[in-house]
Amino acid sequence: MNKNKIALTGAQAAAEAMRQINPDVVPAYPITPQTQIVESFAHFVADGKVETEMIRVESEHSAMSAAVGASAAGARVMTASSSQGILLMLEILPIASGLRLPIVMNVVNRAISAPINIHCDHSDSMACRDLGWVQIYSEDNQEVYDNTILAQKLAEKTELPVMVMQDGFITSHCVEEVEILDDEKVKRFVGEYNPETSLLKNNATFGALQLPDYNFETKKQQSDAIERAKIEFLKTGKELSKLTGREYNYFESYKLKDANYVVVSMNSSAGTVKSLIDKLRKKGKKVGLLKPVLFRPFPYSEIKAALKGKKIAVLDRSESFGANPPLFAEIKNSLFDINAKIQSYVYGIGGRELLEKDIENVFENLMKNKFEEKTRYVGLRE
Amino acid sequence: MSFKEIASKEKRIVSGHRLCPGCAAIPIVRIILAGTDKEVVASCATGCLEVATTIYPYSSWNIPFIHNAFENSAATISGIESAYNALRKKGKIKKDVKFIAFGGDGGSYDIGLQALSGAAERGHDFVYVCYNNEGYMNTGHQRSSATPYGAHTTTSPSGKFKKGNETFRKDLTEIMVAHGIPYVAQASLSHPLDLYMKAKKAFDAKGPAFINVLAPCAQWGIKSDEAVEISEKAVKSCFWPIYEVEKGKYKINYKPDEKLPVIDFMKAQARFKHLLEDKDAIEKIQKHIDEKWKHLIELEKIGE
Repeated sequence: MNKNKIALTGAQAAAEAMRQINPDVVPAYPITPQTQIVESFAHFVADGKVETEMIRVESEHSAMSAAVGASAAGARVMTASSSQGILLMLEILPIASGLRLPIVMNVVNRAISAPINIHCDHSDSMACRDLGWVQIYSEDNQEVYDNTILAQKLAEKTELPVMVMQDGFITSHCVEEVEILDDEKVKRFVGEYNPETSLLKNNATFGALQLPDYNFETKKQQSDAIERAKIEFLKTGKELSKLTGREYNYFESYKLKDANYVVVSMNSSAGTVKSLIDKLRKKGKKVGLLKPVLFRPFPYSEIKAALKGKKIAVLDRSESFGANPPLFAEIKNSLFDINAKIQSYVYGIGGRELLEKDIENVFENLMKNKFEEKTRYVGLRE
Repeated sequence: MSFKEIASKEKRIVSGHRLCPGCAAIPIVRIILAGTDKEVVASCATGCLEVATTIYPYSSWNIPFIHNAFENSAATISGIESAYNALRKKGKIKKDVKFIAFGGDGGSYDIGLQALSGAAERGHDFVYVCYNNEGYMNTGHQRSSATPYGAHTTTSPSGKFKKGNETFRKDLTEIMVAHGIPYVAQASLSHPLDLYMKAKKAFDAKGPAFINVLAPCAQWGIKSDEAVEISEKAVKSCFWPIYEVEKGKYKINYKPDEKLPVIDFMKAQARFKHLLEDKDAIEKIQKHIDEKWKHLIELEKIGE
């Protein structure tokens, strides 16, 4: 087993994975808090550590547009963005997935305007959850690194674009020890990218007009493809496990099996929840965590099996204005035919801190059997 | 090269498309694609040319082709060209390939201007062709920033108080000249050999090249066999001068001995019919053309 550990921020961990993947083309545009990814990668280009053609585009819209062009031309393509940048790309994101182009994008989660705010919440990636991209969420810097490498292979196997999420500043700007694989191992793991059809290989027409006589079938094929990505995610994860010794599942179960009271939470907040769980467990409380990793495609039946019979609180870091928050909605969907006790919470909007005492309060409410239809807000001033 | 020889070259865009009878886009694309014998990859903005040539499961394109979205034809080709450079560097591709992006005036003057400017500034080796029908024709003749002063469109109609489009069109060709790219040209279907030579120069230029081609449209209120004739009037009246700028040096490719009055260009099209009796408007348009023409001649003199 490789034991090369170095101190990296989450953003640098993403850039390090990109360096080892050595993509053919990286079109990118800077935005806080993603900047460190593109800056680090630009240094790799400048120092000849990668062979990548980096395109310093004039907007995120052009970043994703150039990514689509490059990927259709048969190149391995990666990029990164955040917040307004993701939203500016929004028009092109479903074109990337609709054309079945395996682009990998690191997303550094940041709140979306208005009001403008540069800090973390998940409203950016959640705004594009239904555009046909696979979505993988990462708790810490190691997961950012691992998930980026996994994503590259998964994307190319399934011919689907993948976004890998990490929390803005909390993960992207904090230094942690990250175990890095040998360059050669990553190179062999992702392999050569040689798509069957590309603009530089075939006389193909990409992006044709499909009228009602064909469009439905094409979209169904896309739907089937992302469904298949569920299995491929596990298979690819198993292959990566052989190199890292770590596991890659649809979700992480932390002291979940015998837990009566469960918090469901994604990305960095899961770390805070785990820390509290350890303390509460010492007091004999049967508490646990379910941390979704693969959000698209969503593993409904597996989550149902894991949460059956438990009292559940779902912590969302974004709103779905006028509807249930997105993670809560999916968890509730998973449990629709069993009478589960479940409560929705929204926390951390615009970078508001989530403290252990806040989560302890959430667990206490579960234990006191306090449930209501309405979403509760954690850390919100009255 | 004679026009007959150009016409007998391999067709890179073929019949079976569903563009209107007499549409100028297809001959423009055919002549331009004849401008290189190397392999070509094309991107195209959303618009008439794209929707009418790629109705699944058919395609009129005999070359690799991609349509991405409306405003990003230039950004898309910049990605393709970068992919080519990367794959060539790695030895995965050995052949020489040229890159071309098409867009209408809506996709070039308006919604795609930023992507076009960005790709040109970055210096990608590609040709950008604006087939300019002076409005949003695919959606039924709405006004764009390429629509001429006074033209009636469905969003700048002539009515009791308004007399069609109220502004003079943006000069995209000059905007592209200001990018300092190796080759910029304005061309017309009425001068096919000139258009062909410009395409050849654009493909041969190392770096970005831009060609703005006037593409008369049935919705201007012309007959299906009049696109070439109207184009000729546009050139002879200096409404649409044909010229090129090579490494900053201007050359006007056609100078009429005597300028055709703009009214002669306008009266052949229904989009101007509400203005034909309006002396002030005609005078204003003629004056604008005269000033622009004078300025162009001065620009040409600077390089002499």
